[in-house]
Amino acid sequence: MDKYRCTVCGYIYDPALGDPTASIAAGTPFDKLPATWVCPECGAPKEMFEKV
Amino acid sequence: MRPVEIKKGIYWVGAVDWDIRTFHGNTYSTKRGTTYNSYLIIDDKVTLVDGVLASFAGEQIERIREIVPVEKIDYIIVNHIEPDHSGALPGLMKLCPKAKLFGTAKSKEGLSRMYGTDWGLQVVKTGEKLNIGKRNLTFIEAPMIHWPDSMFTYCAEEELLLPNDAFGQHYATSERFDDGTDQCALMDEAGKYYANILWPLGGMIARKIDEILKMNISIKMIAPSHGIIWRRDPMKIINSYISWTKNETKPKAVVIFETMWGSTEMMARKITEGLTDGGVEVKLFDITRSDRTEVNNQMLDARCFVFGSSTHDNGMLSTLAGFLEFLNGLKPKGRIGAAFGSCGWAGGAIPAIEQVLKEAGIELALPSISVKYVPDQDELKKCYEMGVELAKKITGKA
Ligand SMILES: [Fe+2]
Ligand SMILES: [Fe+2]
Repeated sequence: MDKYRCTVCGYIYDPALGDPTASIAAGTPFDKLPATWVCPECGAPKEMFEKV
Repeated sequence: MRPVEIKKGIYWVGAVDWDIRTFHGNTYSTKRGTTYNSYLIIDDKVTLVDGVLASFAGEQIERIREIVPVEKIDYIIVNHIEPDHSGALPGLMKLCPKAKLFGTAKSKEGLSRMYGTDWGLQVVKTGEKLNIGKRNLTFIEAPMIHWPDSMFTYCAEEELLLPNDAFGQHYATSERFDDGTDQCALMDEAGKYYANILWPLGGMIARKIDEILKMNISIKMIAPSHGIIWRRDPMKIINSYISWTKNETKPKAVVIFETMWGSTEMMARKITEGLTDGGVEVKLFDITRSDRTEVNNQMLDARCFVFGSSTHDNGMLSTLAGFLEFLNGLKPKGRIGAAFGSCGWAGGAIPAIEQVLKEAGIELALPSISVKYVPDQDELKKCYEMGVELAKKITGKA
């Protein structure tokens, strides 16, 4: 599964880890994240991520 | 200086820092000083919005006291936790321990890290309202404008936006309003602030401005946390921000170089002459002797960046290399670039500069020019022609 980098702050979304701060389970691919999900570090929206 | 009433019952209780010459470390040269703006709203609940740097705590408290005893503060709105706005907070909280703080979740987290306590800050989200009596404050989270914790506060009854660092300027003045100050200096500082602090965050800013304009709220005054308050024409600064987020440029080039024995400098001057004769505005900077904050400011509306360096240790010189770190993540759309330099034997500066341009997404407009030791007349002519050709590309005539 692809990792995605936040173009604003550099945070990397790793599907293997999910995002516990937003109750996103490990194993959730980036495209399955809800549209309202934002970068847990800086609050940037999903559209501002790019594939690593 | 007495507190300044910016609206009936709303007072500026900040501080003017006339002497500061470098801001947060050595990253920003503040030649015109700065101000830390703090606003006191007198209502059923006495509310303070934004704070000052720790060393100005006394001034802030003195100004508050001219209006109301400090203990009477009920609410403190923490729009942003950076020390220039939160530094005086620990001292203030000792004087009004019952004051209730409001801020974002990131603000709560950050304050705990910075001061070992968040003073029980209540987390607020975009759209949440706080009634303070006759007035209501609406919170608008503004992450990465310019920190994750950043937030704007809006007061509909006063048509007043308190956006903290956004729309601010490092500009110390005895005047508090845009209509009382030198417009050129004001816009120069506003642009410099955007170029040096907000440029890489343009995407977030464009979205936020769009969101605010769609909220259809009336904004008659914008009171930022630094510099002058916008009341004559608040849309002027909003429109400037929109233009900067769109990376709108003018026919202008910035030539930036670092030289060892003057060869790269000779080239830089010839390229600058070519650009000038080609009819575009040019700025030339020897990066080792220039104010980086000002160079970034000049790059903001320039369509073309030209970088030159002598080769040293198989790469570019270190002052230029350090400066070019700035381009990292900037993704300055719609710009063109060019590279030049001199070397004694195997050149390495030019490929290094080309790599930086490539990573920044800046199109190389012309083949780079490299010379050995000292440029001869033909090579200087080539540099001049590079300038002329770049000017054509900049003005769209090529
Ligand atoms: Fe800040
Ligand atoms: Fe600030």
